[in-house]
Amino acid sequence: MTRLSADGRHPVRFKLNGRPVEAEAEPRMLLSDFLRQQIGATGTHVGCEHGVCGACTVIVDGMLTRSCLTLAAQVDGCEIQTVEGLAPSPDRLGILQQAFRRNHALQCGFCTAGILMSLDHYLRRHPAPSEADIRDLLSGHLCRCTGYTPIVKAALEAAAELATTTQEKSDA
Amino acid sequence: MKPAAFDYVRAESVNEVLEGLSKEGGNARVLAGGQSLMAMLNMRLAKPRLLIDIMRLKELNRIEEQAGVVTIGAGVRQAALLAWPELARTLPLLALALPWVGHVQTRSRGTICGSLAHADPSAEMPLALIALGGEVHLRNARRRRRVAASEFFLGMMATARAEDELIEAVSFPSPGGGCAFREVARRHGDFAIVACAAVATPKGVRLAVGGVADVPMARDWPRLDRSALDDALNGFAYELNARDDVHATARYRRDLVRIIGRDLVREVLQ
Repeated sequence: MTRLSADGRHPVRFKLNGRPVEAEAEPRMLLSDFLRQQIGATGTHVGCEHGVCGACTVIVDGMLTRSCLTLAAQVDGCEIQTVEGLAPSPDRLGILQQAFRRNHALQCGFCTAGILMSLDHYLRRHPAPSEADIRDLLSGHLCRCTGYTPIVKAALEAAAELATTTQEKSDA
Repeated sequence: MKPAAFDYVRAESVNEVLEGLSKEGGNARVLAGGQSLMAMLNMRLAKPRLLIDIMRLKELNRIEEQAGVVTIGAGVRQAALLAWPELARTLPLLALALPWVGHVQTRSRGTICGSLAHADPSAEMPLALIALGGEVHLRNARRRRRVAASEFFLGMMATARAEDELIEAVSFPSPGGGCAFREVARRHGDFAIVACAAVATPKGVRLAVGGVADVPMARDWPRLDRSALDDALNGFAYELNARDDVHATARYRRDLVRIIGRDLVREVLQ
């Protein structure tokens, strides 16, 4: 049994968007803070810090995960995907990201990283969603700018485009 | 909004969990999916000295069906149960209620037993356990015991679990007849203002209500005619001692109990 003591810093290693990363964390450090402050991956945003707003949503071992409700120590050895892994290359947006841009599905952008992760995860598993499906998924996110309608539109457009495109692959 | 400091143990066996709980007692908390506990830690409503993470214990990650009873281990996530192919056949009430537990993004991590341990009065899993009359399987370093649903929930976020006990599993009996579930919340996934579950029983029907009293409560009734049912529902609505709060008035909650209750009882007895 390994007991990580409260006052020490302990190594945490995992794969972030396919690349191994490592840094130290106290047991109480949240994954959201670890990503941003220890790794420097600031694409994941921190909103409410109690699991309600959805801004910090990432993917851990294939599971949608609130990174503010997860300890860095818990994900040692896991595979994590964040918004930084969505674009196929640094100068190109993925299909979902392009649809967000076309439809003005973001304004301030604070909630966007989490919503993109939820939609990316969902569309890979449900290629032909209805508007109701998308709205149900979005109930786990708060957006105070868009009124959600452009986000729903972007998601449905991206789903349709993904269904007809065979080449598109996110590098996640 | 950061947790106070604690030691962290990733348990490699159930014995390690029980040992940790027996040594630290009330200063230790079991961490499963973390969808309630982590929020409590962030808000410092809970300040344990030790967190024991049980999510890498394969022996707790089991769903078993035997003789009409489904037993769900402490590591089973809500999404995993929802995706279990036998769910609609064995526990149709849970198939109806689970989509109301939080959101896709929290069901993917949260566990069934964790929701019971947290015992939020408006949560769906405690309501389902009361409606179906299940049992909570508790274990400490010395013994195992089972507690009936009706004796498990003691009050708001208070349960019969002793400080040195792990909720090892929960078992739900498959209902013989029909069941129904309905919830009213401000938005889907928000805490229930009122949630009701009805289950057919050999003599009639059981109606369970969550979100109103400090614990989910149930009443068993024979087949009643319309006015007798309305009287019973009205009595139950008042016995729940609804209170006004920021989400809804007591009167609105009583209305919901009467209206939803009547619909569900009829649906189940049809």
